[in-house]
Parts: sequence; C-alpha cells; structure tokens
Amino acid sequence: MLELNAQSIGFLIFSAFTIGGGLGVVSSRNLIHGALYLILSLFGAAGLFVLLSAEFLAAVQVLVYIGAIAILIIFAVMLTRSLTRLGEVFNKQWWLSALVAIGMFVLILVGVILPVFSGMDTSGVSPNVATTIDLGVALVDGNQYVLPFEVASILLTAAMIGAIVIARDNE
Amino acid sequence: MECTDIINTLAACLEVSGTDPGLAQFIQILLGVVIVTMAPLIVVILLIWVERKFAARVQDRIGPNRVGPYGLLQTIADALKLIIKEDITPAGADRLIYNLAPIISVVSVVLIWAVIPFSPIHIGVDLSIGALYFVAVGSIGTLAIMMAGWSSNNKYALLGAFRVVAQLVSYEVPMVFALLVPVLIAGSMSMQGIVEAQRGMWFVILSPVAALIFFISTQAETGRAPFDLIEAESELVAGFNIEYSGMKFGLFFAGEFVHVFTNALLMASLFFGGWVGPAVDQVPALGFIYVVLKAAIFYLFSLLLRNTLPRVRIDQLMAFNWKFLVPVSIVNVIVVAFLLQVVRALGLAPSAELSNDFIANLPQAIVLLVGSLAIVIYVLQQLRNFGRQERLSQQTVTVRKEDEVDMLPAQAAH
Amino acid sequence: MNVVNEWAFIGVFVAVAWIFPTLPIALAAFVSPRKPNAIKMQTYECGVETVGDTWVQFKVQYYIYGLVFLVFDVEMIFLFPWALAYNQLDFFAFGAGLLFIFLLTDALIYAWRKRALEWV
Repeated sequence: MLELNAQSIGFLIFSAFTIGGGLGVVSSRNLIHGALYLILSLFGAAGLFVLLSAEFLAAVQVLVYIGAIAILIIFAVMLTRSLTRLGEVFNKQWWLSALVAIGMFVLILVGVILPVFSGMDTSGVSPNVATTIDLGVALVDGNQYVLPFEVASILLTAAMIGAIVIARDNE
Repeated sequence: MECTDIINTLAACLEVSGTDPGLAQFIQILLGVVIVTMAPLIVVILLIWVERKFAARVQDRIGPNRVGPYGLLQTIADALKLIIKEDITPAGADRLIYNLAPIISVVSVVLIWAVIPFSPIHIGVDLSIGALYFVAVGSIGTLAIMMAGWSSNNKYALLGAFRVVAQLVSYEVPMVFALLVPVLIAGSMSMQGIVEAQRGMWFVILSPVAALIFFISTQAETGRAPFDLIEAESELVAGFNIEYSGMKFGLFFAGEFVHVFTNALLMASLFFGGWVGPAVDQVPALGFIYVVLKAAIFYLFSLLLRNTLPRVRIDQLMAFNWKFLVPVSIVNVIVVAFLLQVVRALGLAPSAELSNDFIANLPQAIVLLVGSLAIVIYVLQQLRNFGRQERLSQQTVTVRKEDEVDMLPAQAAH
Repeated sequence: MNVVNEWAFIGVFVAVAWIFPTLPIALAAFVSPRKPNAIKMQTYECGVETVGDTWVQFKVQYYIYGLVFLVFDVEMIFLFPWALAYNQLDFFAFGAGLLFIFLLTDALIYAWRKRALEWV
C-alpha cells in the first residue's frame, strides 16, 4: 500500500495529469484541445521524472516536448485545413488502433510491469543515482557512448534536411 | 539542520518547539514561496512607474505626475481602473483557454524567480539544473501566447500569435547557446554555482560575445523594441492580445514588465557576478543591493533601446537571428571550449584554491578575451563586406518586392 | 535541502504563483460591469465584420522554423551535460563535442542554402 508522504502525493497528482491528459487527447474533438491535453500529459511525465530524481530529464521533457514539439504540433494542426472541429470521434480504422493499443499494453505488461512487480531481484541495482555530470562524461567517453552521441547528431541533421526537402517540394 | 536564527532555519526552530517535522518543513517552504512570489509582483508596480517616467524623459515629456508624489501611485490607480473595467469576451472565443492564457503568461515569468540568487544564502531554491530550469519555464510563456491568439477567434490575433511564437522559438536558440558558455566555464548548472564561480572574474570578461548575444536574444524574448512584433499596431491591429480587455489585458503587460526585469537579473547573475561584491560574505544582505543595482543598469539600458530604436520587419528579424546570432553563438561556444582546453594545457587556469583570486584568474581571462576579440573583429569584417554588397545591389535594383501576405489565399479551396 | 524537498518548493511555488494572477481576474469578475451585446462581442477587425472562418490555414514557413528550432533544441540538450562535465574532460571530449556541433552546423548551412530560412 502507498504510504502517504510528499512523494506519493506527487506521484498520484502527476499520474492523474498523465493519464487524464492522455484520455483528453483521444476524446476531444477539437485538435487544439487535443494538443493542449497532450501538453498536460507531458507535464505529468516531467513531474514523474522529478520524483525519480532525474531532474535533467524533467527539464528536457519540458524544454523539448512542451516548448518545442507541442508548438510544432500546433503549427502542424494549423497547416491542415478545418481539422479543428472534427465531426466524429471514431473513424473506420478504430479497430486497427484498438488492436495496436492492446498489443502495446500486453507487451509492456509482460515485458516490464510483471517482471518488476513479481518480486524481481533488485539487490544488484546500484543505489547511486547518476548525476548530469556523469551523463556528460559518459556521452563523450571513447569507451562509452561517444558513437551514439555523434550518431544522434547525424540523425538530427538528417531529420532537418528531410523536413526541409518535404516541406519545400514545390520548388 | 541546527536552529540558529528564526529566519534562515525556521524549520529546525519549529521542530525544537515541538511541531511535526513534516509540517515544519512545509511551513518553511510555503513561507519561502510566498516571499519569492510576492517580490516580482511588488517590483512590477515600481517598474511600470520607472518605465513610464523613463519613456517620458526620452520623449521630452514629464510622465505620470498627478497621483501621489512624483506620480508614484499612478500604477495602483491604473490597476484599479483595469479591475473595474468591463471585461469583454468575444463571441466564439474558447472561454477556458481564453481565460487561462494571461494567467499562464504571468506564472511562467514569476516561476523564473525561484532560481534567481540574491545573496550567498538567499535564493528561492538552488536547483542543480537551475540554468535549464529557467529556459524550460520561459518556454511555457510561448505556449500562453499561442493559447491567447488561438482562443480569441480573431484572424489578426492568430496571425500575431504565429509571428510571435516563430520569433520567440527562434531567439531561444542563440539565448541557450550563449547560456552554454557560463555553464561551460563554471562547470555548474545551478545558478548559485554559476555566481560563485564569478568571485574571481566576471564571465562578461571571459566571454563578452556570449553576454551580448544573451542580452540581445532576451530582449527579443520579451518582445520589446526593436523586436516588438508582438504588438505591431500598424500591421496586425494589435497582435495576439487584441481581443483582451480589462485586467486580463493588464496581466499580459504585467508579465512583460516583470519579464524585462527578470532578464536583467539573469543577465547580472550569469555574466556580471550576481551578488558578488565587497563584504558580501560578512553581510549577505548586501548581495540584494549588488544584484539589483547591476540588474537596474541592464533594465534601464533595455528601456533606452526600446524607446529609441525603430521596429524591424519580420523578415529582417528572422534573418538577423538565423543568419547572424545563431552562427556567431555557435562559433563562440566552440572558441570558448577550445581556449579553455588550451588554457588548461598551458597551466594558465587558476588552481582550485586560488579560483576566487582576481590575479590568479587574469591569464585565463586574457586568453579568452583575445579569443572573443578575434570573433568580434572577424564578424565586423564580414558585416562590412555584406553591407558593401547590399549597397551595390540596392543601386542596381530600385524596384522593391511587394510586401507579401502571411496567409495563403483563401480561394485555393473554392 | 535534498532533491525532493527542492522540487517540493517548486511544486508549492507553481501552486502559489497561480493565485496571484488569478486574484485580480476574480476580483474584476465581481466588481466590473457586465453588459454584453452582439455588437460589443464582435470580433475586432477594424470595424469590418469578419469574413469566413477564423482558423485559417497558415503558410508552411512557420512550420519550417518550428522544425529547425526543434533540431537545435535537441542539440542544445545534448550539449548541456557536455558543458557541465567540461572541467573534467580532455581534448578528445572537446573533439567529440566539436564534431557534434559541426554535423549540425551542416544542417544549418543546408537550410540556409535551400533558402529555408528566408521569410517568403
């Protein structure tokens, strides 16, 4: 049973934000409302990161997802015509998305939730919390993650070039 | 924590007197929060008066002088007027979002004050990611403008909001690149850590280019002239806040006034040593005076810019950001990082014990300053070449392109 | 203060910071007159009645700026841990950071050459 302290109260609040926001996204007929619900959901996720002592990731969550991706989504909605007022909640492919959603849930249930909550041995997990400095060192250490670090840069470059090519194809 | 005095260790003192530890912690946090939240809201009353008096002097007027001594109570009278004005919500507005937008706009600015250090011991909370925190919180303000523009059910409001958001996100890039420099030198993202690292030498001497870019881009982030496309009356009727009236309209501007001063405080803390000054360790309260004095200089400078420069066009605004500020700020980060390695390899960096000593910091500062000067000279040369080419092309092409419209023609659908 | 306490401060701060701007709006709702009519509530467009749908389609240029910003935002996020740990890093790490920045500068140059940064 959950012990009632600052951490568990925070967990309950942020979980409510995340799940409530998610429900709002799929149920609202106005795409802008959907985008705003998505922001609420992402904000809840940032709070959950804080509770896990991953402050840096929480800041990244707010900065990238709320500050950039949410804005981009709203721009994208504005680019599409008259999608701000959808007439119906379901379309013909609803069974397909339901199938995918259930599949994902089963995958997470079997892969993550059950192993963790059925008494998995956590004694091997180091109690030390990695700091942001550790992250910085690991990112550019030749023996650790320097290759993924550079590949991330190439990926970002490719994403930007691709986006420009697609967006400006009329020239 | 020991109970030494009632102000700094309130929680410990409450525990001694028999309060529940959790409750004592909560009371201490709540009191701290209320003090830090009140500060910007009290400051804004004064700021509006300063701004109006200053603008009046620039324009050879007297400014507010009727309500109270020197017109000091003018702002309070204005606030009262805004409260009793009729609050009109346009037909077809999205009411919830329409009402939330001005509140979020103020909250996003006030939240920044949580991490601003005022003295060695006075800071709302010294987050280890403080520098990233204020950027993240500031980006929520962008969202508020988007919400305001969209929910007003007005084309001009939406168009204004789009332009503003494009401006704000664009200028966030050079701002954060400039912010990387203090983090790079101090090796800390906590605001207190960044100020502490300037005990020996202010970062503005180590990297004046970063300080200048930070100042310019924060000026653009607040939407003040010459970057005041936020309220381009002549082009967009008013901009994103056109449909707002009464107190909601006032809140957008209260948020803007606080934001300008907040940016001045950040500028002082990140590049000009914050609360660092003589005798600040003996009397921490002196830190307040130092940091506010430094911030006041930037605040007044920002007002001077606002009142004397003409507004730029949106294409110039974007070109200035992406083709000038962003490349320069990237080059600046690379140069500073490179010189820091060189300084360390040559053994010129101050040792850990001597890092507070001005003399010990001098060699490193000189090397970095030379690097910055090299950037400045190169950039000025490039600008001169660019200007020369522009003048030549201006002489040949006399016909100017028509101003283009932002919206796609509506007839495309019909 | 430990990490959770620090963030509890931020949590309480968020809650309290909401009160102050909400207060004057709530106060205004009580004391200000409220006499709406159809003409007063019309959309304000220089005295002309608004034509067509308000939520019009916008040009793609805004979206491109948004995309370029997003890419740089993510890049900066990667650079912050690098900058934070820089005092402990060597020339190799500087090279790694330099390569990272250069690859992205490529993207900026590409966007510049393709005139994606122009306001057209």
